[in-house]
Order: sequence, then structure tokens, then C-alpha cells
Amino acid sequence: MRPFHYRAPRSLDEALALLTPRAVPLAGGTDLFLKMERRQTQADTVVDLKRIPELDRIEAVDGGVRIGALALMDSLGASSLIAGQYEALTRSARVVGSIQTRNRATLGGNLANASPAADTAPPLMALGASAEVADAGGTRQVPVDRLFLGPGRTALRDGELLTAILVPALPARAGSSFHRCVRTAMDIALVNCAAFIRLDEDHPDTVAEARIALGAVAPTPLRAASAETRLAGARLDEDVVEAAGECAASDARPIDDVRASADYRREMVRVLTRRAIRSAFRRARGEA
Amino acid sequence: METPRIRITVTVNGEAVSEDVPGDRSLLDFLRDDLGLTGTKEGCGEGECGACSVIVGGRLVDACLIFAAEADGRNVETVEGLADGEVLHPLQRAFAAAGAAQCGYCTPGMLMAGKALLDRNPSPTREEAAHGIAGNLCRCTGYGTIIQAVMEAAKES
Ligand SMILES: Cc1cc2nc3c(=O)[nH]c(=O)nc-3n(C[C@H](O)[C@H](O)[C@H](O)COP(=O)(O)OP(=O)(O)OC[C@H]3O[C@@H](n4cnc5c(N)ncnc54)[C@H](O)[C@@H]3O)c2cc1C
Ligand code: FES
Ligand code: FES
Repeated sequence: MRPFHYRAPRSLDEALALLTPRAVPLAGGTDLFLKMERRQTQADTVVDLKRIPELDRIEAVDGGVRIGALALMDSLGASSLIAGQYEALTRSARVVGSIQTRNRATLGGNLANASPAADTAPPLMALGASAEVADAGGTRQVPVDRLFLGPGRTALRDGELLTAILVPALPARAGSSFHRCVRTAMDIALVNCAAFIRLDEDHPDTVAEARIALGAVAPTPLRAASAETRLAGARLDEDVVEAAGECAASDARPIDDVRASADYRREMVRVLTRRAIRSAFRRARGEA
Repeated sequence: METPRIRITVTVNGEAVSEDVPGDRSLLDFLRDDLGLTGTKEGCGEGECGACSVIVGGRLVDACLIFAAEADGRNVETVEGLADGEVLHPLQRAFAAAGAAQCGYCTPGMLMAGKALLDRNPSPTREEAAHGIAGNLCRCTGYGTIIQAVMEAAKES
């Protein structure tokens, strides 16, 4: 490893003051430790965020739920506050790595790491979540949709920390779901997909609003815009589900890599999108 | 520049130890090389196999992906803390009785995974026991006898 100073600030202000351009924040370390070992960072200071109180809280707030950036995947997966409303997020948190991984990996780290395959990204995009970002001057909000710029690159500026994720309250007649496919349980997703469906007040078979988000099929997690357009206002029958899966497959921009071919990924987008829409639909109807 | 050393105090198996460690020392190397607690093994060194599993602050974690500095002020439990003197822990007795170890390389991690599970859920179903060790790879014994041993230990303790 490249030599570095380890710092463990006790407050957010102290942490922000330590975040010079050569400093790197440390949450659970499940991505960062190996990046440092492989000398993929230039950091000369590591700022451990785990001693800052309150940063891992999951709490109900006006208009939704606020999840501290340091919340563990294990806590997210076990939270009834999350499971009650945000099925897609619960499911994604529960499949990250192993028990050992989930006892260390944080939500903020999963997003800030900006892997195209990050499992919690599509659920948060589908649920319309925003990231709360702080620097010494104050805080701002960035929709999770606009957080990712490329592999490993986010909209966070130098000196900024992700402090929380704000998930809007689930509207009436709405539901979400998450599906992924992997080679082995410990591998990152070949493709993952989250769906959010809100049904029309007067026509319970008709989609009022839909959001579909895909992972591992582009340089960043991606909204499947044409699939969403296909669903909006449509009566949700099997033909529409098929068509939306088709649209999502054309929205994806997958590549060939060691894990899977682009063609296979595109086919899996079709399959996972259909599954995700069907289960979000069932939940929106209160059936599951 | 060399990575500066820092003073940490960690409670390991109930005993507080203070050491000066380089900031980039992993918890795994700290336990094995600085404290001589070589029960905890290194398999992959990448968080994939669970051979290095220890319990930190009540949570099962992979010691290979943690800096020792991160454990400052925390409680760490390793396989060396399981037995009470000469008296084996119920999990250790059950592993021996069931033949749940062949080469034994995964065993310390498996035992700690079993302990973390039973600490939270003293009477797991078979499925829960299987889930409890899902982050630990074994290349030789096979998981059947390991799961059986965890179930037996649950009955005993
Ligand atoms: C064996 C194994 C299996 C895995 N399986 C999966 C999986 O199935 N799905 C999946 O999505 N991921 C998986 N991962 C990747 C990883 O566990 C997750 O991405 C995890 O959520 C990262 O969180 P962390 O707290 O460990 O982040 P860290 O490693 O601490 O940090 C990751 C990056 O984000 C930055 N960062 C962290 N917190 C903040 C913050 N609050 N503000 C600004 N920047 C920050 C760090 O500087 C670093 O660059 C796996 C990893 C391992 C080792
Ligand atoms: S050595 Fe730590 S998980 Fe394999
Ligand atoms: S006993 Fe050999 S790896 Fe499990």
C-alpha cells in the first residue's frame, strides 16, 4: 500500500476539514481496502467516518425516510422502516456480498464507489431518492439519478461527503421490486434491475407512473427511459410487460466483459425487467 | 514517507491490548503477526472466503479487509477465545464429533460464523444455520456436516 495517515474524526465538521484533495473517506472499506492495496488511489490520508455519531441512523422524517450514509447493508436489510415501504431497497441490501460484507458495507460507500453494478443504485433511482451531500459550506441535494458520472466517478466535488440518502414516502397504490442475476453468490451483478410502479386511482390496472432502473449495462446505473414511457398510462397486461422488457433491452448499452457478453446482458435486461415490473405491480395492488 | 504508526487499544477475547501499529496494518495481520493469534487464517485476502472471520463489536466480519486502526476501542473475538481453558466451546465439541473439519483451514472462520449466528439466534433452523455460514467457503469437508455441527451445538448450549 501507498503510505498514508489514518484519521478518525469524531464529528462531521472535523471530517470535512480533513478532506483535502489527497484525502479519501473510509466507510466500511469493502471496496476501498482493496483499492488501496492495489494502489488504485493516490490518497495520502484516510478519513475514517465510522466514529462520527449519528451518521448511520435510519429514521422516518417528514415526507419519507432518511438513511445515514454509514448505515450498514445488514441494518438496511433488517429495517422494518425500509421493508415496509421500499421492498426494492430491502432486497438489494440483502444480496450484497456475504454476511461479513453486509456487516461492514455501507449504503453511502456503495453509491460513492460508483460501480455500474452497485446493487442499491437502481432501487434508489426507481424510488426517486436523493443524496444529501455536505461540505464545509453546507449541504445540497443531488438526485441519485444524477449522482453517477462514470465508473468510479460521482457528482461529489472535492471536499464533499455523502451524508444521507432521502427516500420519498411511498405513495398510495405504489410498489417496487429488485431483481438481479449473478454468476456466483459472491460476485457482483451481471445485470440488476429495479422497478417502481404507481397505479391509477380510478383504474387499478393502469400505470400512473413507472420508473425502471438498470445496473451493469452501461458506464453508470441507468434509467430505462423508453420502458418507462411505454408503461406510463398503459393498462398493465402481459403484452405491455413484454413490450416494456423489449424497450429496456434497447435502452441498455451493455458491453462484453469477463463476466458476460453484451448479448447475454441485453437478454437478461429483458427478463429481469419483466420480472421486476410484475412484482412491483403485485405490490402496488397490495397482493404481495 | 512511511505509514505512520498509531497507538491502538483493542479488547481481544476479553483482554485489553495496546500496541503501536502502522496505520496500514490489517486487523488480520495484527492478530496473527503482532499478537501471535494464528488461529484466524488468511485465505483469499479479498473478502471472498471467510477464512479470516472474527467478531468485532458483536458483528461477524472479514479481518482481511479491515485496518487494525479501525478496531481501536472495539471488542474483538477470535477462535482462541472460544474454549474456556481446557474446556472446548459447544461449537468446537460439535465440530469434532460431527467430523466437520478435514484440512481445518476454514474451521476457525466457520466456528466464528457459528458463534455469531448462535449469539443472535440460539436455536436456528437448518436453513438459518446454512445461511449463517454462507459467507465461509470450505473446499474439503462439505457443508452438510458443518451445518449439522452448528445445529448440534445449538442444542447443547
Ligand atoms: C466479497 C465482496 C462482495 C461484494 N458484493 C457486492 C454485491 O453483491 N453488490 C454490490 O453492490 N457490492 C458488492 N461489493 C462491494 C462493496 O461491498 C459495496 O460497494 C459496499 O457498499 C461499499 O461500501 P463501504 O462502506 O465498504 O465503502 P468503502 O469501501 O469504505 O468506500 C467505497 C468508496 O466510497 C467512498 N466513500 C465511502 N463513504 C463515503 C461517503 N459517505 N461520502 C463520500 N465518499 C464515500 C470511499 O472513499 C471509497 O472510494 C462486494 C464487496 C466484497 C468485498
Ligand atoms: S481471507 Fe479474508 S475473506 Fe478470505
Ligand atoms: S476443512 Fe478444509 S477447507 Fe474446510
